[in-house]
Amino acid sequence: MSSTTTGLIFIVSLLVALVAVYRPFGDYMYRVFTSARHWRVERGMYRLVGVDPDGEQSWGVYARSVLAFSAVSVLFLYGFQRLQNHLWLSLGFPSVEPGQAWNTAVSFVTNTNWQSYSGESTMGHLVQMAGLAVQNFVSAAVGIGVAVALVRGFTRSRTDQLGNFWVDLVRICLRILLPVAVVGAVVFIAGGMVQNLSAGQDVHTLAGAAQHITGGPVASQEIIKEFGTNGGGFYNANSAHPFENPTSWTNWLQIFLILAVGFSLPRAFGRVVRDNRQGVAIAVVMAVLAIGSVLTVNALEVAHHGTVPQAVGAATEGTETRFGVPQSATFASATTLTSTGAVDSFHDSYTALGGAVPLANMMLGEVAPGGTGSGLYGILVLAVITVFVAGLMVGRTPEYLGKKISAREVKFASLYFLTTPTLVLVGAAAAMSSASTRASMLNTGPHGLSEVLYAYTSAGNNNGSAFAGLGVNTPWYNTTLGLVMLLGRFLPIVFVLGLAGSLARQNPTPASAGTLGTHQPLFVGMVVGVVLILIALTYLPALALGPLAEGL
Amino acid sequence: MRLPAWLAQHLAALRALLVLTVLTGIVYPLVLVGVAQLPGLKHHADGSLITTAGGRTVGSAIIGQSFTDTRGRPLAQYFQSRPSAAGSGYDPTATGASNLGPESVVDVLPNPQVAGDRGKPSLLTQVCSRSRAVGELEGVDGRRPFCTTGGVGAVLAVFHHDGLTGPVTRVVSLDEACPARPFLARYQGVEVECARPGADYSRGVVTPIRGDAPAHPVVPADAVTASGSGLDPQISPAYASVQAARVARVRGASVDAVRRMIEAHTSGRALGFLGEPAVNVLELNLALDSRYPFRG
Repeated sequence: MSSTTTGLIFIVSLLVALVAVYRPFGDYMYRVFTSARHWRVERGMYRLVGVDPDGEQSWGVYARSVLAFSAVSVLFLYGFQRLQNHLWLSLGFPSVEPGQAWNTAVSFVTNTNWQSYSGESTMGHLVQMAGLAVQNFVSAAVGIGVAVALVRGFTRSRTDQLGNFWVDLVRICLRILLPVAVVGAVVFIAGGMVQNLSAGQDVHTLAGAAQHITGGPVASQEIIKEFGTNGGGFYNANSAHPFENPTSWTNWLQIFLILAVGFSLPRAFGRVVRDNRQGVAIAVVMAVLAIGSVLTVNALEVAHHGTVPQAVGAATEGTETRFGVPQSATFASATTLTSTGAVDSFHDSYTALGGAVPLANMMLGEVAPGGTGSGLYGILVLAVITVFVAGLMVGRTPEYLGKKISAREVKFASLYFLTTPTLVLVGAAAAMSSASTRASMLNTGPHGLSEVLYAYTSAGNNNGSAFAGLGVNTPWYNTTLGLVMLLGRFLPIVFVLGLAGSLARQNPTPASAGTLGTHQPLFVGMVVGVVLILIALTYLPALALGPLAEGL
Repeated sequence: MRLPAWLAQHLAALRALLVLTVLTGIVYPLVLVGVAQLPGLKHHADGSLITTAGGRTVGSAIIGQSFTDTRGRPLAQYFQSRPSAAGSGYDPTATGASNLGPESVVDVLPNPQVAGDRGKPSLLTQVCSRSRAVGELEGVDGRRPFCTTGGVGAVLAVFHHDGLTGPVTRVVSLDEACPARPFLARYQGVEVECARPGADYSRGVVTPIRGDAPAHPVVPADAVTASGSGLDPQISPAYASVQAARVARVRGASVDAVRRMIEAHTSGRALGFLGEPAVNVLELNLALDSRYPFRG
């Protein structure tokens, strides 16, 4: 079979697997979010934290808890990196520089996992496993928690109670993320991933040269890197590194894990709002966008337009032999459709248009299916905007899931939508306006602009993948990208929680003959259309100067 | 004493972080390090190290390595790995890709005034020079589209009278440093010049020239491109096949025998559709060393 054919089977097999887990995994998550029972170990943890697990929070308190937890996390992670040379398992690495430590701390707390550092030459094992990997769990849990709070907002009436952040955080970590991580890590080790605390081993190769075979607790970090849509690699080469992704089937499994939570959360959403069709509609919107994107990258990379790919005869630069071009392209698409940002091939060397698709995926706001939790709240905000647009067309107050979408709700949704493009475009423009920051580009011409645009798009949308030629370990990029990640994560979260609070206060509105059926194909098509049109209007000028100028 | 709400919240946050750090950052990875000691997992968890019959550890089965001499020249008795962008080649402490883009075609030429300056070759020139080198080593046609026979990018800066339009006034072959004779004598009636290092040709339109190289080059794609990790342990069966005759000759084995060994070390697609068929270079070379020792 040709690799194009096997690449298509690869995509279909992922689709089948995701459809298969949609119900059971979604139902399981629904029970986690709604169960009234606490596990005994959870009760112990609530005592240690000092919170009442049965007390609920208003949207403001929920938001402040998220912000407090994240602020403490940033400070903790910053200090951890700065002091790593005094701690165990530092492998002799010095303290991480302040700018880079700030950037990395923010990056992991915001679920971005942008890496201005190179893992194998910067971070000791203790910082990786007890600092960075912890955020892989908790930042994913924060995202899911916020999404659940929004869904509660849709289902509750005349209340300001949206759940308890600490309970959501602990349960999601203990009941969803950890069990999968434990099982998955063992599977990954069986596939060839390393899991040790060794500083590595010096060997003499067959040709007589010295080679340092690195060690580390890789498998335990790798699994949550994908399942929590984090993406920060243990090593610089990320999932292209044979120790992080040893075989073609671990590659499949990684893509599946990246997409699993995002595609199954709509089922949990449907269960909570007591209408499974609403969940299916949201999942179908995600699937339409995702399938379109995956097929487009595959087609463009297989067609390999561009001078160098034509000279080579294939778009193999930056890809691994064991994965091949099409299955690397599928990974590239999945990692940018979510907030993951792990890479198994290097997007900077993709064909001009093939590399534009991952960029556009992120610009969509990562909603197909998006990061853990952030994908669901992102698409629900877009659904709110869609019913608003639909309401304008027919001159009727829009409703969604029995709630009126009035001025207050639309304001929150609009603020949510405007935040990221503002950060991305202002950030990229600022970086392009100075010769010293332009000097960080590896490639020249439009491709250089693409590198900068990609960096700010990735940071603003909390993705973390890169056109990695850009040299970003400079004070300017460490500082500004850190700020963009921080604002790109927490401003939208505050707006989402505000929206949730405002929805929860309302009385339910009974559906009438004029209510837009938000479970029907018409609505699915409208959401897809609204997403594509809004994004195109926002980003087309920037894209035209970068990848489109290079590829057309 | 009752703490103010904001302080109580941050204290709870700190305690939550510490509790979750102990659980997911200490207990969980250490349990997995423990589980990894089980037979069947331990070999993988330790890095799939390969030890020869003589007790020497020569590397990892899944980490690629260079089979070159100290000056970077290929050792003829060994199958060669792909080009690598990890450090000076296959360095696990500096993993990564070249990150050069699809239109990286213009070289920064070395300045002859600076001793040891090697310039910054474009991705196209890297591809062309690798293709030429592999062609010479294996005795096959190393030509590629958009490459000169000298093994650099065939790229012209075309200057027009009115910027982007108008008659052609001047043509420079950007990747051929003077005093080279350009790969093309004339372009649209204008004589092609060689490029002077450091000169500014940015007003010319960059024009790659396809040339008459075969559309399907003999030297396979993976032989001329660097991998993502820089540690790719494998090559395509096509690249192994190109190398078979040379290895057989140097080792005094029959080409058929070497081809059979390639086949034995080729992993197919898992389940018939996952990944690509590939040859593990280190394992193949080790097997050759024990079966057909090289007496150099």
